[in-house]
Amino acid sequence: MTGDARQKVMWSIGILVVLLYALFPVAWITSLSLKTPDQLGDRKFFSGIHFDNYRQIFKTSDFTHALVNSIGIAAIATFIAIVLAAMAAYALSRLDFTGKALILSGALAVAMFPAISIVGSLFQLWRNIGIYDTWIGLIIPYLTFALPLAIYTLSAFFREIPWELEQAAQVDGATPFQAFQKVIVPLAAPGVFTAAILVFIFAWNDFIFANTLTSSNSARTVPAALAFFTGGSQFQQPVGAVAAAAVVVTIPIIIMVLIFQRRIVSGLTAGAVKG
Amino acid sequence: MEAATADRRTVAPPQAKVTDRAKAERKLAYLLCAPAVITMIAVTGYPIGYAIYLSLQKYDLRFPSQKEFVGLSNYIDVLTSSTWWSDVFHTLIITVFSVGLELVLGMAIALVMHRAIFGRGVVRASVLIPYGIVTVVAAFTWRYAVDPASGFLQGTFLLSDTAAPLTQQTGSYVMIILTEVWKTTPFMALLLLAGLSLVPDELHEAAKVDGANAAQRFFRITLPLMRPAILVALLFRTLDAFRIFDTVFIQTSGANNTESVSILGYNVLINRVNIGLGSAVSVLVFIFVILIAFFFVKVLGTSTAQQRGEEV
Repeated sequence: MTGDARQKVMWSIGILVVLLYALFPVAWITSLSLKTPDQLGDRKFFSGIHFDNYRQIFKTSDFTHALVNSIGIAAIATFIAIVLAAMAAYALSRLDFTGKALILSGALAVAMFPAISIVGSLFQLWRNIGIYDTWIGLIIPYLTFALPLAIYTLSAFFREIPWELEQAAQVDGATPFQAFQKVIVPLAAPGVFTAAILVFIFAWNDFIFANTLTSSNSARTVPAALAFFTGGSQFQQPVGAVAAAAVVVTIPIIIMVLIFQRRIVSGLTAGAVKG
Repeated sequence: MEAATADRRTVAPPQAKVTDRAKAERKLAYLLCAPAVITMIAVTGYPIGYAIYLSLQKYDLRFPSQKEFVGLSNYIDVLTSSTWWSDVFHTLIITVFSVGLELVLGMAIALVMHRAIFGRGVVRASVLIPYGIVTVVAAFTWRYAVDPASGFLQGTFLLSDTAAPLTQQTGSYVMIILTEVWKTTPFMALLLLAGLSLVPDELHEAAKVDGANAAQRFFRITLPLMRPAILVALLFRTLDAFRIFDTVFIQTSGANNTESVSILGYNVLINRVNIGLGSAVSVLVFIFVILIAFFFVKVLGTSTAQQRGEEV
């Protein structure tokens, strides 16, 4: 075998290993979700395709409510976080002022903040002001803890934008608003979009706040609902239902990640390394 | 912070040429940053202050009328309990093993991605999948894979017919660490890949000419040059791992001596509704996180702030 061919084989094996590493668990939970209750204990990796579990979870309000809560809360938190972070990132990357380093270190400190240190306080505060177990009660911590990620990612992207184009457009007769809307917005959009995906994934993933700051279907998100799923009867393990629900919340994220992989990678590394 | 403002004031007059334009720009900058900064302070600073206040009270929601100031006695209770120290120990075991494994695996994946002649996109796409998956889902996935009632691993070469890893201590640790490593290695790999791309190819070529083999080039050139990237990645992941909650909650709920400090805080605060004692645990976790960050920044010299200062 020539060195070139051997190298190709080595790389192929390496790639195959990485693929297996990433996909095997996903394949397993999907296969589990497609089993019938009788097949759950058959100790097979794959036992055919049956949609019983999916039918079951979409019949119960526990899951459908949680799904709506997850989507709504994550979307609103993402929107607010991106608006606030975009304003700050614009100032940090374009304007000249003292205190930049302080703001960035502060954001870094928030990124490292342990959630458990404030869940007790928030639990108390939220009950006192009446937002315990509500959407807003989760949106507030989510958007806060997403801000550092969003600020770092957006600052990194904004630094790359050729802002002179804005002035050039104005010289060519565009109004300031037109210049902003027609020139800057299209240039900034990919960065904003990337930051939004990262923030959404962050909010979608949270368990500790969702677990401690909710007590019912009215705000409980999917990760927390999964932990409290019960089987059809007291003695039945909710394995099938949990697996089906897990697949439902995983598929959209996987699709999003696969479509926008290039952007996500640049956003993650820009936010963390350059940040 | 006060010193910094004072400095600015004394420095300002000589530079009296601070133009209106510069002033307006600064004002705009503060206005733009204010909402984000105020939100972050209000939602982290205020609650941690409140947690400190609560931690100095005897305050149990089952007996709210007995609330009283007790000074540091909650801290003494926590710090003299064996539960706290064994939970710190459990958390450190999970942290050290998962971050260590992630570093090695992440470096391997980063090298595959960096040097790949083909298939780079496929590898990148696939490693992002664990990153995107909800931690709770990942924890359930691995739990069900080894659960005697639903798993497919019993009876294979990995597990005996009757094995139930999550009912034993070692098995529980293996599963928790495995789940953490699986879920977060991609993040590590991507950070390391970014660091790898900063290592100039010419250095490798030159070393090759000088007769250095692959291992020598990796340990003598790549690793030293990647030190900052590695330290930043380690800092992020160590703090993340130290806060571990989701995986432990789903897989063992802290049984078999796997209780982490975050699980302890949760149990005292939310299950036992002992707000005073729980807040003391919360504050101690906070202090530990600060100590770990301090260790990385001062002792190991993770110069994130410095790098950032230069690049902003």
